[in-house]
Amino acid sequence: MTVLETIAPLANREPSRAWRKLRANKGAVVGLVIILFFAVLAAMAPLLPIADPLATSWTALRKAPSAAHWFGTDDLGRDILSRMIWGAQSSLLAGVVSVVIAVIIGVPFGVISGYFGGWADLVISRVTDALLALPFLITAIALAAFLGPSLMNAMIAIGLSAMPIFVRLTRGQVLAVKTEDYVEGARAVGLGHLDIMWRYILPNVLAPIIVQATLTVATAIIAEASLSFLGLGQQAPAPSWGSMLNVAKNFLTQAPWMAMWPGAAIFLVVMGFNLLGDGLRDALDPREA
Amino acid sequence: MPVYIAKRLLVAIPTLLIISIFVFSLQKLLPGDPILAMAGEERDPATLAFLREKYRLNDPVIMQYFHWLGGILTGDFGISLRTNQPVLELIGQKLPVTIQLAMMAMFFALAIGIPMGILAAVWKNTAIDYFANFVALCGLSLPNFWLGIMLILLVSVNLGWLPASGYESIFVDPVRSIKTTLMPAFVLGTGLAAQIMRHTRSSMLGVLSADYIRTARAKGLSPWTIVMSHSFRNALLPIVTMSALLFGELLAGAVLTEQIFTIPGFGKLIVDAVFNRDYAVVQGVVLCTAIGFILMNLVADILYVLLNPRLRVNL
Repeated sequence: MTVLETIAPLANREPSRAWRKLRANKGAVVGLVIILFFAVLAAMAPLLPIADPLATSWTALRKAPSAAHWFGTDDLGRDILSRMIWGAQSSLLAGVVSVVIAVIIGVPFGVISGYFGGWADLVISRVTDALLALPFLITAIALAAFLGPSLMNAMIAIGLSAMPIFVRLTRGQVLAVKTEDYVEGARAVGLGHLDIMWRYILPNVLAPIIVQATLTVATAIIAEASLSFLGLGQQAPAPSWGSMLNVAKNFLTQAPWMAMWPGAAIFLVVMGFNLLGDGLRDALDPREA
Repeated sequence: MPVYIAKRLLVAIPTLLIISIFVFSLQKLLPGDPILAMAGEERDPATLAFLREKYRLNDPVIMQYFHWLGGILTGDFGISLRTNQPVLELIGQKLPVTIQLAMMAMFFALAIGIPMGILAAVWKNTAIDYFANFVALCGLSLPNFWLGIMLILLVSVNLGWLPASGYESIFVDPVRSIKTTLMPAFVLGTGLAAQIMRHTRSSMLGVLSADYIRTARAKGLSPWTIVMSHSFRNALLPIVTMSALLFGELLAGAVLTEQIFTIPGFGKLIVDAVFNRDYAVVQGVVLCTAIGFILMNLVADILYVLLNPRLRVNL
């Protein structure tokens, strides 16, 4: 162990303590169980003995929930349960990929801005301020509209819209960390900027980024569902919870079950990520130690 | 104070310039030739050349930007391809509808969020607190378009209490106007109520543990006086400023709500524009939303200073 490693803050080198606190938080555990349930369901979709989500049946149009179709059928006679399970894939994928895009672009800019200061900071901060003034959903809709409607473009649009939050958060954390003794020490022993940022700054600003990323997945899932609901995300006939709701709103009186299940699934998954995010915040907050 | 406002407005100028670059760049994201998208079925080379000249697409990009920005600064946001109306005029027609909806949503959010936040803080770590936190969590997790659909099913279809869609101006028929906007405003306000509840709770908890509250208790003041006169008034400052910030978000949040309840507002305008490839309208709406958001930020800052006597002295 190097001298620098010995003076790096303990809080970030004790994952077991944070993990213990997370496990003790009932809300976070419930959130994690909900997320895992949907993630396993989505991953296992091709292996499960369920109907083809795209198979239409003219003899089973808008059938109420029954033993044959647990969640009922939609306007084209497709099995809603099957479409829900396959739809989980696009929702979870969109949530995670959008946040990965936001983190991959936002965090490096935040680190550069906070670490170097000066002109780099001025330019990055100004652009971030401007992007933060653009409301999340409006930006995502505009980007998705100009890029063209597809799940991939929706993920890019959501990721780019969420990115400024990570720039600002990371910048603030780096400003606090860069004056710490262990960073000064790293500088004194002659380490380069890249080394310092990668080995000493980034690991020590990760905790709030992880919390924000978890909470942003929840926002991104709602955003993807919103874009798909508007017809700017996943395109028919591929299933997605948002597009299922878009169709369902036209059959509210004849087939209300078409609207119930996809909305309930979005609600549960988003709640799962919110619970986990809140739990992670408590577990990783050094003031709670 | 006027100097403070002028300074804050000056700071907003570079932000607005960067936003204008972003909004202008949006049209450059369009795949293919924008003139072909604009011309639709029309493929006559003379018409295409005329449009290219009219929109200065033969100029360098930087010149195109300055030309576009010049138009924006003089109130020329372009012409809607669908309605042939100036974009600014179109926005001017739709914005009051959304502002009415947003104000009603804010009323719901404050009426639900503040009392819940106070109760949760006063009875911290009791069943009341857990219940309030759970309701707030549900509010944050509920996709508002699903809540809208479910309310239409329950309140309009099954109970027949309120209309499922439509809009009437408050100046034409106030009763029908409130009836048509009540449910959408509630839907729009729920997520906000959850945020305001959480903020009120944490703000109240901070104040309730202050020394002067302990002194007020020691003096034997009634719990009601302590909570409402001594704690809430001081906890109100961040709540008011946050509400001003959230009002800006409401304008954007109205997009889905207006779509579900078929309300002809600002949000529906952008969605219709997207599907009609009416890009000048999309750009105009994005730009106006950003301006609105920056203005609400300014209002929040001014309120913060006005409501905080310690800051007022320093101006």
